[in-house]
Amino acid sequence: MPKPFKPSVRLTDNDVTDEDVYKDRRRLLKSMGFVGASALLANKAHGIGWFDDDEKEPFKGKPLEFSTNSEYSTEQAQTPYDKVTSYNNFYEFGTDKGDPAEYADKLTYNPWQLKVDGLVENPVTLNYDDLLNTYSLEERIYRLRCVEAWSMVIPWTGFELAKLLKQAKPLSGAKYVAFETLYRPSEMRGQNSRFVGGGVEYPYVEGLRLDEAMHPLTLMSVGVYGNTLPPQNGAPIRLVVPWKYGFKSIKSVVRIALTDKEPPTTWNRLASNEYGFYANVNPKVDHPRWSQASERRIATGGLFARNRIETKMFNGYEEVAPLYKDMNLSRYY
Amino acid sequence: MRRLLSRPARLTRAQIITGKTLVHLILSGLLAFQFFLGVTNQLGADPVEALINFTGLNAIHLLFITLLVSPAARHLPCGDIMRYRRLLGLYVFAYAVSHLLVYIFFELQRDWSLLASEIIERPYIIVGLCALMILTALTVTSFESLRKKMGRRWQSLHNLIYVCLVLVLLHFSWSQKTIIAEPLIYWAVAAILLLPRKDKIKTWFGFSKRKRR
Ligand code: HEM
Repeated sequence: MPKPFKPSVRLTDNDVTDEDVYKDRRRLLKSMGFVGASALLANKAHGIGWFDDDEKEPFKGKPLEFSTNSEYSTEQAQTPYDKVTSYNNFYEFGTDKGDPAEYADKLTYNPWQLKVDGLVENPVTLNYDDLLNTYSLEERIYRLRCVEAWSMVIPWTGFELAKLLKQAKPLSGAKYVAFETLYRPSEMRGQNSRFVGGGVEYPYVEGLRLDEAMHPLTLMSVGVYGNTLPPQNGAPIRLVVPWKYGFKSIKSVVRIALTDKEPPTTWNRLASNEYGFYANVNPKVDHPRWSQASERRIATGGLFARNRIETKMFNGYEEVAPLYKDMNLSRYY
Repeated sequence: MRRLLSRPARLTRAQIITGKTLVHLILSGLLAFQFFLGVTNQLGADPVEALINFTGLNAIHLLFITLLVSPAARHLPCGDIMRYRRLLGLYVFAYAVSHLLVYIFFELQRDWSLLASEIIERPYIIVGLCALMILTALTVTSFESLRKKMGRRWQSLHNLIYVCLVLVLLHFSWSQKTIIAEPLIYWAVAAILLLPRKDKIKTWFGFSKRKRR
């Protein structure tokens, strides 16, 4: 009997001492009047700088080693790092797009444990260092199309999910792959309060069909712009499925389970008429509340940037079309 | 101090004019400043969304403040604040119009056929448009001279502001991806504003028990 997919792994507490010491030091500096000026300068990317709290240092990732020039990378203009890391949907930290950048620094992503289990011959557990060192990393510059009709171009660093799944050896009964985000209300304010978290049931779960998961485009990302992921982008490891709407690309993953049944997915559970299991980017199937025929590309440029572009089928990743060849994609949206 | 509170305070003409000038400066200044930040790309990752949210949210905030004026004038010993109500109402309209303009020119980027289909197909846009039409009607009839000419019909027309409030909140809630979110707080504030007026509202809209069967 295959086990039904159950959200599980709760990581335990860990030492936050370093951070506390760091914060104390900052408090001391601040009381001596040192931090104010530099923080003000650092904040200039935000509209009204005087309201921002000046406690925060921008996240600094560790540089990664990786190969470039993947055949899957796009040449389109990239979205600047500041925008990629300050405009996020990660409801675990609040529903506003600025919330993750503001509150995700609380997340302890090292140590970490990612478990791969379920219908596999060889369950795998990866610890923080394993995530970065087990598979050779490569850069993939992908388009990311959000279901809210905006898009970005992001240079991810990571490895193909297929490599990890092959190591775990799916059993013949395995048909789907279920993913689960960390559940840790003490560090994720949205999990602590239904109001902050938008009424979403946590932990966040997502899923793919096994053949989708094995597709070479499907990436497990551990970095962005050559450095490790900031927590607001899903540190230390997240999924990236570039031909599907952004909400499929689940962040801060702690468990990957192979199953024989289609696993539940968070947004589908919340509003099944608006978000399907497949969620392939499709300009012909509108969201009930807005059109998906075009999108605004967030790149450089302010208000006058002429950034509305046509949305392409599968977000332009036509090579995945054979996965869906006999399917009615307006029914399986 | 006691005397100050108990004795009705009258504002001089000069005080009223100064006050109105300040309101103008602050409210149009904020709006202009926000557009300036948007044009110079200082509004975060997506200046368009930031401006839609800024204008929409502040239109609602101003609507709340406008609806607070008459109860405040009744309960505070300074009836003269009523003279600010029209001005505040006009800024609700100004912010709401900017909201629509941002949507048309920067969100849809003058894709008129997309605008047409969005208006037809998206209920939350239709609801927002109805709210804006009410605001437009109230704005063009807000002149003192027209008010005198319209007599009692003016009051009936301007009672539509309560319908507008509900439509705007519906639009707000509907525009979100989840139900449990910020708009809930706004519904609560609206309830607080409407509750003391519930008898009046019932009569105006003909739900009164005294109405003929
Ligand atoms: C023709 C009329 C209108 C149109 C086309 C329109 C369009 C929009 C759009 C596209 C959004 C963004 C939804 C999203 O992406 O989250 C929005 C949000 C909003 N609108 Fe409107 N709107 C209209 C009228 C109004 C009016 C009259 C008000 C208030 C007086 C208003 C208040 C708001 C608010 C508060 C939001 C939410 C902002 C946020 O999420 O922070 N809208 N509207």
